[in-house]
Amino acid sequence: MNIIEKILARASNKEEVTPGEIVEANIDVAMIHDLTGPLAIESFQKIGAKKVWDSQRIVIILDHIVPASSVKSAELHKLVRNFAEEQKIDNFYDIGQGGVCHQVMPEKGHVRPGELVVGADSHTCTYGAFGAFATGIGSTEMAAVFATGTLWFKVPEVIKVNVTGRFQNFVTPKDLILDIIGRIKVDGAIYNGLEFAGPTIGNMSIDGRMVLCNMAVEMGAKTGIIEPDETTLDYVKSRTAKPFKPVKSDPDAAYKKVLDVDVTDLEFQVSCPHSVDNVKPISEMDKVEIDQAFIGSCTNGRLEDLRLAAKLLEGRKVRKEVRLLVTPASQEVYLEALQEGLIKTFLEAGAIVCNPTCGPCLGGHLGLLAPGEICISSSNRNFVGRMGSPKAYVYLASPATVAASAVTGKITDPRLLKEA
Amino acid sequence: MTIHGRALKFGNNVDTDVILPGQYLVLTDPMELAKHAMEGLDPTFTRKIHEGAIIVAGKNFGCGSSREQAPLALKHAGVKCVVAESFARIFYRNAITIGLPVLECPGVPSKVEEGDELVVDLGAGEVENKSKNLVLQATQLPEFIMEILDDGGLIEHLRRRIKSK
Repeated sequence: MNIIEKILARASNKEEVTPGEIVEANIDVAMIHDLTGPLAIESFQKIGAKKVWDSQRIVIILDHIVPASSVKSAELHKLVRNFAEEQKIDNFYDIGQGGVCHQVMPEKGHVRPGELVVGADSHTCTYGAFGAFATGIGSTEMAAVFATGTLWFKVPEVIKVNVTGRFQNFVTPKDLILDIIGRIKVDGAIYNGLEFAGPTIGNMSIDGRMVLCNMAVEMGAKTGIIEPDETTLDYVKSRTAKPFKPVKSDPDAAYKKVLDVDVTDLEFQVSCPHSVDNVKPISEMDKVEIDQAFIGSCTNGRLEDLRLAAKLLEGRKVRKEVRLLVTPASQEVYLEALQEGLIKTFLEAGAIVCNPTCGPCLGGHLGLLAPGEICISSSNRNFVGRMGSPKAYVYLASPATVAASAVTGKITDPRLLKEA
Repeated sequence: MTIHGRALKFGNNVDTDVILPGQYLVLTDPMELAKHAMEGLDPTFTRKIHEGAIIVAGKNFGCGSSREQAPLALKHAGVKCVVAESFARIFYRNAITIGLPVLECPGVPSKVEEGDELVVDLGAGEVENKSKNLVLQATQLPEFIMEILDDGGLIEHLRRRIKSK
């Protein structure tokens, strides 16, 4: 069996599972946030359930519209807060205690190899970076999980992506995943799992692995996953004392197909409006002038991303016609960035540093775009209307490309920045 | 379960951000959500829609976020069923959960035109195009999904299950 089959078999008390089979699995951890949580709570009450199945296995994080930008969002926060208190959910991360859910979950030790995690958010697949099977579900399904602790899954076929080669300077896992999305396309992995493997992945940091698994859903995949190794175990053990059992794919595990990617000659990739798979190498792009640049989100708001952006912004200025927004992914990331002097670099360059939130990425709050405006963003989606007006344009790229573009005012190859 | 209606057509990769833009996720009343259904693609959608509309679309319908508010907005705007070549999986599950029937039907975009009169037989997994005198084969839904849809969605389904215990 491959790693996904093994986790689903264990969670559904079976010796073996095969693709296409529908299993009822026990959930190890379930997460909601402030935009999907209220509907989950309402459905939980409508089902007639009184107490959650296991208050210790539920994590609640306020992150999408924080701090509240309207009375309406304040009401949603209040509703979620009350539920957390009433159900004695200890793992509740209010504003100021956590940050963007997909960063906070592993940071606080809630993601462990071999476990089955569901989140009422599509980017829950990020946790595959830790060798967990993690996938996004809807609010009412989450209510069913809260009530019963179980959920049905169809065992997916798995596509393996084998990655070899060394990245060129400033080229990042974000460029790799955009390149892969450009090949597989937005519907190319529907209902499938995506396993990332190969020496390049083995050499990749946790931050980088999270970028790959995070965007698996943009190809329709049920999850992205990476086999746990020493890097994974070092990270997880530094975050939790809870026991866990890592699993790996058998050497003869079956895959739907295997895609080989060599990153040696990979250049900077940009996903153009209005589809994530509309990916071009930066050298093939026409001149695109930008109004806004955004570094943040569950895809690229981590320390490694901020370091890279700061390296390019050090001693340089954001162009007068451009707004650069930086949102560290969590309180912890923010604090470390502050201690390393990165925040100072951003401020001196003329960026605005916002609190950890999903806000700008989903057009929820902070930095919404006006009709006709163009934004380059380190986030994950460039759909029509994603970051504000349906008449705005969003380009997706790595934090390095976003930072370089903020300096020049047009989408720019980071290596072409003039000496500061 | 059979559903009658007229086709409203959309293309490939209709994402949840156009089905229901993120800025409306703070709304909790399904009728309020319904007012903004498909706003990102067609601001006249809610005016065009009539009782019994069936959405016919291409590949990967409902891709993007996990927001259950997307199928909720469609259902409460008056969409009776979505027939597409394929669906994004979270949307697919959410639609069933909230009692909006969804059916996978390969080749459907080329066999149905806007306004065609359709009869969808969920049990049999068939889509009949009355305007063109065609019957299209769709992927049949598994029995346990039909049970959820027959109960009107997962909430009612679970209530019944809890009651019968």
